[in-house]
Amino acid sequence: MTLFKPHKMSLARREALAGYAFIIPWIIGFLIFTIGPMLASLYFSFTDYNIIDPPRWIGLQNYARVFSGIPEYFKTGDPRQLGDPLFWKSLQVTLYFASLALPLNLILSFFLAILLNQKVPGVNVWRTIFFLPSIIAGVAVTLLWIRILNPRMGILNPFLQNVLGIQNPPGWLQDPNWSVPALVLMSLWGVGGSMIIYLAGLQGIPTDLYDAAKVDGANAWQRFWNVTFPMMTPVLFYNLVLGMIGTFQYFTEVYVATSGTGGPQRSTLFYNLYLYQNAFRYFDMGYASTMAWILFVIVLLLTALIFRSSDAWVYYEGQLRGRG
Amino acid sequence: MKRVLNFLPWLFGTVKGHEFLFKGITTLILAAGAVVIMVPLAFMISTSLKDPAQIRSDANTLIPRKPQTTEINGERYNLYQVTVNGISREMAMLKKAPGGMANFVDPASPDEIYELKINEQTPLYRLDIHWENYPEALTAMPFFRYLGNTLIVTFVGMAGMLFSCSLVAYGFSRFRARWLNLLFLLLLSTIMLPSQVRLIPLYILFQNLGWVNTLLPLIVPQFFANAYDVFLLRQFFMTIPLELDDAAKIDGANPLQVLLYIILPQARPALVSVGIFHFLYAWNDFYEPLIFLHTRENWTLAVGLQTFDAIYTINTHLIMAVSVLMIVPPIVLFFFSQRIFTQGVVFSGIKG
Repeated sequence: MTLFKPHKMSLARREALAGYAFIIPWIIGFLIFTIGPMLASLYFSFTDYNIIDPPRWIGLQNYARVFSGIPEYFKTGDPRQLGDPLFWKSLQVTLYFASLALPLNLILSFFLAILLNQKVPGVNVWRTIFFLPSIIAGVAVTLLWIRILNPRMGILNPFLQNVLGIQNPPGWLQDPNWSVPALVLMSLWGVGGSMIIYLAGLQGIPTDLYDAAKVDGANAWQRFWNVTFPMMTPVLFYNLVLGMIGTFQYFTEVYVATSGTGGPQRSTLFYNLYLYQNAFRYFDMGYASTMAWILFVIVLLLTALIFRSSDAWVYYEGQLRGRG
Repeated sequence: MKRVLNFLPWLFGTVKGHEFLFKGITTLILAAGAVVIMVPLAFMISTSLKDPAQIRSDANTLIPRKPQTTEINGERYNLYQVTVNGISREMAMLKKAPGGMANFVDPASPDEIYELKINEQTPLYRLDIHWENYPEALTAMPFFRYLGNTLIVTFVGMAGMLFSCSLVAYGFSRFRARWLNLLFLLLLSTIMLPSQVRLIPLYILFQNLGWVNTLLPLIVPQFFANAYDVFLLRQFFMTIPLELDDAAKIDGANPLQVLLYIILPQARPALVSVGIFHFLYAWNDFYEPLIFLHTRENWTLAVGLQTFDAIYTINTHLIMAVSVLMIVPPIVLFFFSQRIFTQGVVFSGIKG
């Protein structure tokens, strides 16, 4: 027996070494393209750095620029008291968009997934059609939507006026009060991306659960609330977390729709757009790094919050207790 | 009549009837939704086939058209379907008169002039499709240059992604070692990492390497694996029976040979699906090309098209023509690989 032990050890060792060897590409990439840059941007966030001159250490000044003037603002209500009113404006725009887009997206895509999970005629054709917008998302589709939403040349407002009888349809992207809802509308057109994830989740629900519920005399509505919905909460949760993170990184559509300005009147100055402007328009790399780290912390906090709260409402299969 | 009377209790009173009702309503909602999805695409195609005059005067019709005209005494006039004395006839509108009226005339007998209300008559149109917008759009911007750059970024990046992610996924799925599980969790956690937090130092790094304004920043990182694709491939590799590996090992295969001759051939569906998702991501990506590519000869389609729009936004017909060309490859790919989409999408719907 003892004769074999060293040999076995070396086998295990060789296996471990081979395992590490195969993941080397990721380890190198992680060090060069992830951890290294993360630490560097943390350092830059404490500097004044315009790319041409070497970074100059300024301590907490970038952070002070974000957070100063908050008490004065609350006292006077005057945004000019804030160290950087545009930072808060961009945060507000992003949260406003999230508060509209996330719930609407969630409800609509879940609803569509339930419909597309029925045995209706031509269901594969319907699925294909609804999924289509999410594979062509980006510049071309945004350029199309700018034109659809155009109050004079578009097709949405004539429809609202002539078919739905709405007297003064909004100016959409040209009206500061309607520009964010316009972007929400655009995002809802691509709802098929999350719809397909719900659909996969629905198809993963074991049919014997429904059979058991039927035996117990549950009607369709009760089956939905007591089987479908609890079984789907992990997927809802997953889409919620990623949707929230996605909103803070929202960029292409608003950049294309406003030519990178965040207009009209900065009403669509999203967080990520303002970060981009600081970095690549004003070359204020230090301040942009500060914004990136604040974004990182916000995303971490929100993710942790959802993970925390998920105990109360997410049902995982194999868990003994029922839905909370 | 009796059948209708029997139908209603069946519809509302029986299980089968309820099912029929439910499916009918479901189909109606789906059809309405499908219209909402398709009308914008139809608008895109129709706008790409109009000329600027049509877009100005007739922007919101879905069929590219021009008013029908006729020649009377050497002048061209618009044709209308008009109703005179209860009879519907084709007439030309000679000129407008006060009070929403106009003078209409039958081209066959130009001397009889009728004064009629304009908005009670229907203008006649003919189909007027401008295919020449497409060749014009291809020359209005360096389309093939942009296309070439996009294809290089997409396919070289895809090769790098497939190469590196296969190796890494193999490492994470087939070997036991103390730190591998922890490293895998670390890899997964990078999915949550907002890219902005590494963007600026990366930009500076690439600038110092002389890579800014080349395609390299978009390609090279793909050779170092990414969390989404490693995760998907690893999940798939785990479903391949270990007995296959063991058989090969007994025949003297080393781990690399096991990967090449056993795992990868078995994992073809997974490789195809991460490849397709990479194509869609790279083809549509705007953020990184915008940041790293500064001059027009290096732009990808996404950046080139956006910039063209920012400068020549008036050329809606050309912009929509290029937009149509840009969405065609993803759609074609999608139709050829629908099954893969619906299978692999659970993991990859999040990418990009």
